[in-house]
Amino acid sequence: MNFDVSPYGAFIWPAYGLTVVVLGGMIVWTLAKWRAAKAKLAALEAKT
Amino acid sequence: MFDWLFRYANPARFMGLSGALLPWLAAATILTIAIGLYLGFSAPPDYQQGRTVLIMFVHVPAASMATMVYFCLAVASLFSLVNRHILADVAARTAAPLGAVFTLLALATGSLWGKPMWGTWWEWDGRMTSTLVQFFLYLGYSALWNAIEDETKAARICAILALVGAVNIPIIKFSVDWWATLHQGESIMSGQVAPVFLAPLLTMMGGYFLLFVTLWLVRIRTMIVERRARSLMQAGAAA
Repeated sequence: MNFDVSPYGAFIWPAYGLTVVVLGGMIVWTLAKWRAAKAKLAALEAKT
Repeated sequence: MFDWLFRYANPARFMGLSGALLPWLAAATILTIAIGLYLGFSAPPDYQQGRTVLIMFVHVPAASMATMVYFCLAVASLFSLVNRHILADVAARTAAPLGAVFTLLALATGSLWGKPMWGTWWEWDGRMTSTLVQFFLYLGYSALWNAIEDETKAARICAILALVGAVNIPIIKFSVDWWATLHQGESIMSGQVAPVFLAPLLTMMGGYFLLFVTLWLVRIRTMIVERRARSLMQAGAAA
């Protein structure tokens, strides 16, 4: 693997960084919503 | 014709099947993206683009997913309108934020490629403008869902909006043929991409697709659970 991206590092690394942050954020957000929904349903089912 | 689909469109069956599939889908997503990145960073510099070709491996999959997600949203909306199936509403609604994220990523990474290669961050050319329109369609669709309180009414109005917006899919696809502006023409299907670049590109496209399917299933499951919780709360309030 070759990580030498010169002379375009100022464009390539932000593109990859943005991809990691945006896709990572989407994964975290999706999982957080799933866990919250599951916990809420479990609490309601425990009540009834 | 779609009997087999509706058998699995039962929320209880869907939860069972998707729950069994998800760990495999997640593993396949990680593996495919890891292989794609390995192939991408092992590829030589392109004779014209140099190492900026690396941006293509994150930009092209995002752009293709931006359109594919809208296609999924439109098909789900069609089922929602014709069959009035609750899972179709949920599928359409949960696809929209994912599509918006892929579209945003396609626009941003395309801009980061455009500056060193074209000398500009942005140009109002056919492909870029129609992709921006698609981003606003996703936002508008989600905003409309949230603005209408009656879910049945919201589903019908949003499905109509999604189907009207689907006209933008062929515009995005053929914009590079209809208007000879800045964005380059179709290159994957026309065999203009060298195998050394095509392999990481297709692998990353596969990885992004698997990621979308994985997240879409989780989001559909989430909304089904949220609806169950809401029903329980309403039943509790009525008692």
